[in-house]
Amino acid sequence: MRPVSLQQYRRKSAARPAGGSVILKWLLCSIALVCVGLLLVIPLLAVFINAFSAGLGAYWKNICQPDTLSAIQLTLLTAGIAVPLNVAFGIVAAWLIAKFEFPGKNILLTLIDLPFSVSPVVAGLLFVLLFGRQGWFGPLLSAHDIHVIFAVPGIALATLFVTFPFVAREVLALLQTQDSNGEEAALTLGASAAQMFWHVTLPKAKWSILYGTILCNARAMGEFGAVSVVSGHIRGMTNTLPLHVEILYNEYNFVGAFAAASVLALLAVVTLVLKRGVEWRAAR
Amino acid sequence: MSVVVQGLTKHFSPGSAPAISEVSFEAPTGGITALLGPSGAGKSTVLRAIAGLEIVDKGSIAIDARDCSKVRVQDRNVGFVFQNYALFEHMTIADNIGFGLRVRKRKRSQIEARVSELLDLIQLPDLRRRFPGELSGGQRQRVAFARALAVEPKVLLLDEPFGALDVKVRIELREWLHRLHDEIKITTLLVTHDQIDAFEVAEHVVVLFEGKVAQVGAPHDIYDQPATARVAQFIGGANMLTSEVQAEHAAVASLRVGVPAGVLNGDRVQVLVRPHDLRLTRPNQDTPDLNLGEVLHLRRVGGYVKATVRLANGQHVSVECPKSEIDALGIIQGESVLVNVREAKVFAEDYSI
Repeated sequence: MRPVSLQQYRRKSAARPAGGSVILKWLLCSIALVCVGLLLVIPLLAVFINAFSAGLGAYWKNICQPDTLSAIQLTLLTAGIAVPLNVAFGIVAAWLIAKFEFPGKNILLTLIDLPFSVSPVVAGLLFVLLFGRQGWFGPLLSAHDIHVIFAVPGIALATLFVTFPFVAREVLALLQTQDSNGEEAALTLGASAAQMFWHVTLPKAKWSILYGTILCNARAMGEFGAVSVVSGHIRGMTNTLPLHVEILYNEYNFVGAFAAASVLALLAVVTLVLKRGVEWRAAR
Repeated sequence: MSVVVQGLTKHFSPGSAPAISEVSFEAPTGGITALLGPSGAGKSTVLRAIAGLEIVDKGSIAIDARDCSKVRVQDRNVGFVFQNYALFEHMTIADNIGFGLRVRKRKRSQIEARVSELLDLIQLPDLRRRFPGELSGGQRQRVAFARALAVEPKVLLLDEPFGALDVKVRIELREWLHRLHDEIKITTLLVTHDQIDAFEVAEHVVVLFEGKVAQVGAPHDIYDQPATARVAQFIGGANMLTSEVQAEHAAVASLRVGVPAGVLNGDRVQVLVRPHDLRLTRPNQDTPDLNLGEVLHLRRVGGYVKATVRLANGQHVSVECPKSEIDALGIIQGESVLVNVREAKVFAEDYSI
């Protein structure tokens, strides 16, 4: 007989909460739903209503603005750089921390969490201090005509920094709760370390890697603070979508701002749907 | 393909008590050797060290007369079976069994043939395309055996292989392992805390307490001639009584047992009496009071009766005898009985739990 899963249990007991009255249950549910509606659903709807307020034609014209297209492109490029790098790093770091004892392990753990605790604006400033014209490496970079700050590399670096913990944390949580017997079995059967990782560990961590990747991607596309500091807001050059939205809004181009915002919101919704799908698959 | 272990010592953290200390024994070729001991005795650590999954501080491990203390896990050619099966959940049963051959880059047809052969050996030929999650505990453990055997290891290492199974499946699998071993005669080491596992399956037993070898021998030797009072108590259950030595003998109820050399009159010794070496009978007029006991409890367990008897000196013993015997004598709770001791063994060393 297989044990009843948590979900099955929840489904069975959902009708009648243990030890609570039905009125209380409905009251709490209503409060939660009203909060979600006010804080999440209505604002999201407002974005799309405002975006389409001047009609479908105006919406499409705004999207097709070269600056907006360039912002979409840059956002995708940034995510395209930051996400794969952080996935690779996250898996390796989680593996190291979960399976090995080494000096400096706690420092590495703390460093992984650093981007969560540091304000993104501070993170951006950090890069300006390092790579800016007056920064530590500024003279060296300008001598070789390499542009980091107010250019794509800076934006990618800042995004990389703020999305650093997502994959590592997700995978680490999984690896730490599971024993290594599967890996050890693979070793005794003659598998090399690489074969063991590829055939045993990776399949085991598959869903948490994907989940971490999706969260990482969502943040990479939506990041404002850190990118804002290093970007320089050059239209059609170093504006990511979130920055572009702000500029359009400040210029009272509401339809344009909300049209760009709707693209960003759409990307986020797609990401969340993917995430839900992954959670659903992983739970089976 | 014998396994010879010499002076294995390992500390898990510096300064702490060693997990295993100076462990030495030999597991003979083609036999099943059980590492038996309570949990925390270091049995699994020894087994994992032999597999190369644990690095020891000191000592040597020789498989087939070749030192392999420095050989990598992958190259030791041992089959390891874990208590929790450790099957690859995302692979089919066939892929699980064939894993060792696949990483060795064997030909596909060769792998297929070997997998079929092993599925027949574990009597699960129809489960080839299933996933581990769809199998029962006993079936999974058999698949784990097949996976370990697929690469034709020199030794088979079993870490509490029956530990996660319920009693019925446990008994079946124990018998199955016995038959399997008769068929393939591979040198096998079995870690268990259950003496029945060890006694029913193994030809040699290594008893471990607190990381040290307490006794090595055939199961019946360990049962009949336990080296220490602690081994005696761990194996087979026993009454441990204290007795004062008088005229070079220790007395337990009706029996007087000679004491080992070096024990002086007036010393206190431990006397081991197995529950089935005690017989209860009706006393008569001449029975000395010293040989009498009072029946405190009678409990029927199947065809047996377990009784607790208070001896004349106040010590309690448990007695096991066939139900028919008690019925014939009509012994009931609270009665005074004559306690006959068939056999007892004296231990002179200090005994502590």
